[in-house]
Amino acid sequence: MAALTGLEPVTAPVRAPSRPRLWRGAVFLLAAAYFLIPLGASLWYTIYTPTAGVSFAAYGELLTAEGFGSSLLLSMSLAVATIVLALLLTLPAMLAVRLSAPRLRPVMEVVCTLPLVVPPITFVAGLTTSLRTGTDVLAPTPFWATLIAVQNPAFPVVLVLAYVVLVLPFVYRSLDAGLRTMDVRTLVEAARNLGASWPHVLFRVIIPNLRSALASASFLTLALVLGEFTVARLLGYQPFAVWIVTISGSKGQLSVAVSILSLLLIWLLLLAVSTAFSGKERK
Amino acid sequence: MTRAKGWLGALPLLVFFALVFGIPAIALVAGAFTANGEPSLANVGQSLQGGYLTAMAGSVQLSAVVALAGAVLGTFLAQAVVTSRFALLREAVLTASGVLANFGGVPLAFFWIATLGNSGVISGLLGLPSGALYTFWGLVIVYLYFAIPLMVLVMAPALDGLRPQWREAAANNGATAWQFWRFVGLPVLTPAMLGGVVLLFGSAFAAFATANAMVGTVVPLVTLKIASALTGDVLIGYENIALALSLDMIVVAGLVMAIYLPLQKRSTRWLR
Repeated sequence: MAALTGLEPVTAPVRAPSRPRLWRGAVFLLAAAYFLIPLGASLWYTIYTPTAGVSFAAYGELLTAEGFGSSLLLSMSLAVATIVLALLLTLPAMLAVRLSAPRLRPVMEVVCTLPLVVPPITFVAGLTTSLRTGTDVLAPTPFWATLIAVQNPAFPVVLVLAYVVLVLPFVYRSLDAGLRTMDVRTLVEAARNLGASWPHVLFRVIIPNLRSALASASFLTLALVLGEFTVARLLGYQPFAVWIVTISGSKGQLSVAVSILSLLLIWLLLLAVSTAFSGKERK
Repeated sequence: MTRAKGWLGALPLLVFFALVFGIPAIALVAGAFTANGEPSLANVGQSLQGGYLTAMAGSVQLSAVVALAGAVLGTFLAQAVVTSRFALLREAVLTASGVLANFGGVPLAFFWIATLGNSGVISGLLGLPSGALYTFWGLVIVYLYFAIPLMVLVMAPALDGLRPQWREAAANNGATAWQFWRFVGLPVLTPAMLGGVVLLFGSAFAAFATANAMVGTVVPLVTLKIASALTGDVLIGYENIALALSLDMIVVAGLVMAIYLPLQKRSTRWLR
């Protein structure tokens, strides 16, 4: 910001461009104040207390806090399962639409846009209701045990299923962007004509070409699942985001410290997404 | 043969979606129109009365203010970024926008609680009255923290598309800056701005985690009402009210889309 305002006098003699530049400086200053002050204040909040002075204890306390390890582990394993399931479902469907069933494309578009339009909380409302009704209706059948197993608190598969729905739009966009850059049909036909089997085509031809799209889809999913609160809270599970809220009442500093770390984590994940894409361009 | 294969590839996703999204959707609609085991309009009627109606109005109002303010401020910031000569500044702002647009939910609430909350760092300096953050305008300030960056991400490519030559051509023909924006700039930007406003409205409307983490918020919001009705904080048997409220939310989201799509079509028609 200082560099920007410092350069103004140099261009000041030329009247026309100098006015917008002043205006631009003001916009940047205001934006910097609005976006940086909470960041600085939060950082200060975590390291300073009137009684103890400046200390980084809140960040050290994090590792030993009760429930930190287990909730983070749960979130991580949910994220991995969500990534795997989402890719396993979406990639074959998108390939199929491109190769042999183009008429399904509008259906895919709708399926992969609806979760964006429908607010997540309404999806959970429907989900809890159907789970409750399902448990009642299916009680005499073998499906009942499945439905209970799906809701096992140790590893709630139902959360994975819900998360796959929520990330579908993002996975779809990423893969669509990746598939646009290559001629899937020609590649597949060429490989098949040369005698490659279907698994060979998939793993040696398609997936290597899609590496960056798959990576970006995975990182976006990871970011979304790690921060997800609504679905987990309302279904009564305690992954990471729910845990932070639970401890915030008793440990204010700790919850703010976690928030700062999660901002860093989002930044790292997005950095990974962008390097995944720029790495491809270089080739 | 190939057609059969094509179906097979898409089948798992479609079956999955029908089960995991379709069944809850049906359960939602069925539950919203059922009271005491019988078909009725009682839930929907009740969800549009009294406190529930206030909450819905509060959510719509908050989302509309956030969407409009975020759109205007975000567009200004995007314009400042796009026309900046400093590549580094430009990169920094765009990266930060990407990060902050994804920085919603619980951590966002804690950021602002630490800043402007009752024991916040800045509220102490400013001498803010207790609870100032937990009002309508407090929530607007909090939500703008992700809304403005989101708008910057939407508008930056569109503003990049405004060619300097258009401006020069307009100036050569004697147009003032105001005339340039009124007759050239804004019409070109309208589709992107409309999309941005809808995006901001949708994300503010659906936001639950942030409002929920800001314990003590006095603003009635429909997402908070749904959550408390679902988790049985109030009386038992209110689940169907939650479903009716959810249905109302979906209708509002659908209405916004229904207004947006024709507008979008009209505003992009001449761009093609």
